[in-house]
Amino acid sequence: MKLFKNLLKQPSFLFGASLFLLTLLLALLGPLVFHIDTKTRVGLAYMEPSAKAWLGTDHLGLDMFSLLIQGLRSSLYVGFVAGTIATVVGTAVGVYGGYKGGLIDDLLTVATNLFLVIPSLIVLILISSSLEEGRSLTLIALLIGATTWTWSARAVRAQASSIRARDHVALARINGYGTAGIVALHILPYLLSYIFMVFIIQTATGILTEASISLLGLGPYDSISLGKILNEAKTNEALTDGAWWAFLPAMVLITVVVLALYVLNTSLEGVFNPRLRK
Amino acid sequence: MLKNHPVLKHILGRAAWYLVTFLVAVTINFFLPRLGKANPVDTIMAKVSAGLDTKSANAVEEQYLKEFGLVQVDAQGKVVRGKSGKALKTSLGSQFVNYLGMSLRGDLGGSILQHPKRVSEIIKTAIPWTLALQLPTIVFGWLIGNVLGALAAYKRGIFDKLFYPGALLMSAIPAFCFGILLVYWFAIKREWFPAVGGYDEGLTPALNAAFLSSAAYYYVLPFLSVFLLVVGGQAIGMRSMCIYELGTDYVKYAKLLGVKENKILYYMFRNAMLPQLTGLAVSLGTMVGGALIAEIVFSYPGLGMAILTAIQSNDYPVITGCCLLVTTTVLIANFTADLLIGLFDPRIRAVQGGKP
Repeated sequence: MKLFKNLLKQPSFLFGASLFLLTLLLALLGPLVFHIDTKTRVGLAYMEPSAKAWLGTDHLGLDMFSLLIQGLRSSLYVGFVAGTIATVVGTAVGVYGGYKGGLIDDLLTVATNLFLVIPSLIVLILISSSLEEGRSLTLIALLIGATTWTWSARAVRAQASSIRARDHVALARINGYGTAGIVALHILPYLLSYIFMVFIIQTATGILTEASISLLGLGPYDSISLGKILNEAKTNEALTDGAWWAFLPAMVLITVVVLALYVLNTSLEGVFNPRLRK
Repeated sequence: MLKNHPVLKHILGRAAWYLVTFLVAVTINFFLPRLGKANPVDTIMAKVSAGLDTKSANAVEEQYLKEFGLVQVDAQGKVVRGKSGKALKTSLGSQFVNYLGMSLRGDLGGSILQHPKRVSEIIKTAIPWTLALQLPTIVFGWLIGNVLGALAAYKRGIFDKLFYPGALLMSAIPAFCFGILLVYWFAIKREWFPAVGGYDEGLTPALNAAFLSSAAYYYVLPFLSVFLLVVGGQAIGMRSMCIYELGTDYVKYAKLLGVKENKILYYMFRNAMLPQLTGLAVSLGTMVGGALIAEIVFSYPGLGMAILTAIQSNDYPVITGCCLLVTTTVLIANFTADLLIGLFDPRIRAVQGGKP
């Protein structure tokens, strides 16, 4: 409770949280409040913003505002799914390795370090380019999660192995707690704040990665995402035509979401880590 | 013998580790693209088979299968046939062995889109552009970002208040978004700089003044788009690192002793730099990936563009070739960072004579 009060006192937390909630609300309530149609043409290609199409039209004459809301929904969805996978897998591997140690820990650490150095974007390009059909939004999210968990594993492992050395863990062991009990009651609670921060960063990474591979033309075939809007704008000469509404709003949305998450993360770091609070 | 040379031991250990990583990367590079059903010969055949009858189409297909090493070839270079007269497919295992041998010789196969051009030729023309863009942006961006971050942590006050939000914003903007913004503002609205390409299209790449000045002119925007973001990201990491160092006993003690500010800053910088160097090793892959995507925004003639063109035309050999090269470069860069850590980290140097 005191922690929460501390958080609310931080202007950066309020800024990050409200910015993120705003985009979340826009994505969740957008289709209910506004008329969203991403299928029918409302005018000619690259029409300027007007009362009929608030943010103009894209190269096919589709309503840009509808595309943006839909794109934001997809991007947030990819971010959450990828972030959840990366956090859950990373935490499991990290806590197990950090607490248990031994041969399996060594193997896990080797695997983690291997895939940390091999650029995950490259692995993603290799997988996605071979999956010609069936590159759905969910599959992309799963793939991103499967290639980015190494970072969380490494971060969580370091924390878990430092907690293992603490006295209360030794006391629990003397009192006859099993591994599961110690991990659930005496290690995870201390890691929760940290894991939450990892989740925030991984969600941001997921959104950015999806945008990157969509920009490469490896985006989902079954939905619109913010990265795909940018890709379409780039390949259909929106930049050279000066059709700013075709790429600027999508760009701003990506940046706002990622910035909100980063600000949230640093403000949490400031509260959870009293050394930084001065 | 190695016991007496801790730095050498460190280097050899890391070298062995990177060799293993490289082998894993090569393996991934071979198997991942073959997960899907797509096969390069089918892609070519879809293009060339129009208007051919079945018999000649089969002959052409066999020729291509032979070229891409997908059918077995005997010592005379003839296709090995089974009982029914059909060409025998090469097993995945022996394809992998062939691939390893070819990769080690620097032969990455042939391009499909630009057949009969070799992948290595395509890479050779693309790589100077990517190196020219990435090496300075990452190295200088990292250095300048760290210096600014340390200053922001040490000075605090108005400098930090202005600098920190700016750096945070910079680190949150994806490189490609910032690139699009730069193109739109400085190339399309203002026409100060060219919007796309790496040099004036009327020129051919050569080492003369006209070409170099044109390349420098086209270089400004792509450089800025990556550089400023690297500075922002590194400054943030260094700032929190230095704030941590500021709270440590040695800094407090030095302050009480009245040690000069610059000297404390130097000590602090040195201690905070080491984790940053390790951090560079971890984030290098992400940075290189980001810069590759930024190339696409500017249609900069580097590896990022080569990968994009290859993806658009299902040119698998080029995709895997470029990917292998990028991975190898990242590994070499990481190895270099590791060597620097070995040279600078007093803990590694201190392990003299096998004593811990």
